[in-house]
Amino acid sequence: MDQILENYFNLAVMARALPTVFDGFLVTVQVALSVIVIGIGTGLALALLRCAENPLVNGVISLYVEVFRTLPQLVILIFIFFGLPYMGIRFSPFMAVAVGLGAVLSAFAAETFWAAINALPKGQWEAAAALGMSRTRCLFDVILPQAVRLATPLITNRAIAITKGTALGVAVSLQETLGSAQSVMAILANPSPLTLAAGFYLLFFIPLVIASRIIENRMAKTTG
Amino acid sequence: MELFLQNFANIDSLVKIWPLLAQGLSLTLLLALVTLPLGLLAGLAVAVTYSFGNGFSRRLIIIMIDLLRSFPALVLLVLIYYSLPFFGISLPGFAAVVLALVINNTGYYGEIFRAGIESIPRSQHEAAAALGFGRGRAMVYLILPQAVRRVVAPLASNSLELVKMTSLASLVALPELLRSARVAQEQTYNPTPLTAAAVIFFVLLWPFSRWVSQMEKKALKERA
Repeated sequence: MDQILENYFNLAVMARALPTVFDGFLVTVQVALSVIVIGIGTGLALALLRCAENPLVNGVISLYVEVFRTLPQLVILIFIFFGLPYMGIRFSPFMAVAVGLGAVLSAFAAETFWAAINALPKGQWEAAAALGMSRTRCLFDVILPQAVRLATPLITNRAIAITKGTALGVAVSLQETLGSAQSVMAILANPSPLTLAAGFYLLFFIPLVIASRIIENRMAKTTG
Repeated sequence: MELFLQNFANIDSLVKIWPLLAQGLSLTLLLALVTLPLGLLAGLAVAVTYSFGNGFSRRLIIIMIDLLRSFPALVLLVLIYYSLPFFGISLPGFAAVVLALVINNTGYYGEIFRAGIESIPRSQHEAAAALGFGRGRAMVYLILPQAVRRVVAPLASNSLELVKMTSLASLVALPELLRSARVAQEQTYNPTPLTAAAVIFFVLLWPFSRWVSQMEKKALKERA
């Protein structure tokens, strides 16, 4: 028991680690927000582009979606950070994670928004046309609000799962929560900083997980 | 273009590093084969315990599931792999990865199975009791077969994520596919091994990822 306290909850070590790990936590929050903004923004834009039904554009979007849905996130990050420089494309660790995970989230979001748009009955388009609405107006005023509602629970879950991947930033030497905790752990020869990091992750993600539960319950009720 | 091919799809370097990649691939497959059934079983056990539990134990299980879902898998892995040695317990990399992924996915699978079991109406339990089924037999023969059928899509989706997550093993120096590719890249000063690993992952996982996406689309359509 003493050993557990000494190694995992060593307050003296934690106090010394706190400033570094907290700085790391701020980086985690910034990357997570960037990933969500890039991912959902790009995903929605791609789904809307797909509605224009240009075969070439749709082909390119499909390929993008399939590649980023299928590859493991870590493979994508490693490729961006260690592979692309051979092509003269260099990203900072922060940008590599934001762009890499953003691309993954955008692929899932594009697919889900697109599926939601298509899941709505075709009669809605026809009714809007009969009322004299243009296709674009129908898309934005009638279809999209319903599609976004339909897609929300799936996309929230994805967004949470993918932002948890920001911890993968250690692989590209991003000094986020886990990375900074690991370096302090190495210096102080005590794993308590990891406990601190774990605490910060829980602080950030528990509210999100609970929020997603609430959204799911609400959707389950309204769509019955 | 020539420079691009020489860098990212260099045949010579591919031939040289192929044995390394093949070895990595077999370790990735082994990891997936060991982790998948263990994770599924652990999740199922949690969900069944939930459905037999009283108000208090149910709340406890929900809290446990949410804690597990809030915790990035990599943080768990680092905690297991780098902090247990401070207690004189050092798990080999393979065991650490399996343990971390199983614990992490117990939360996800547990929640999926739980939602499936809860979606079966109470009257089914009552009908089973009226026919003289014990609670355990009713669960195995009546409830679970229906419950599992309802959650095939999220189960498949999570299983895909689990297989992708085996690439985390590369961060604890386990030579699975991604790690082998990194080692090969450092030996050949050429990113071709990374491209090759990405292509192998894609070819391996894409059919599965297509299938998951089809099922998710069907589920969305039913809700719309």
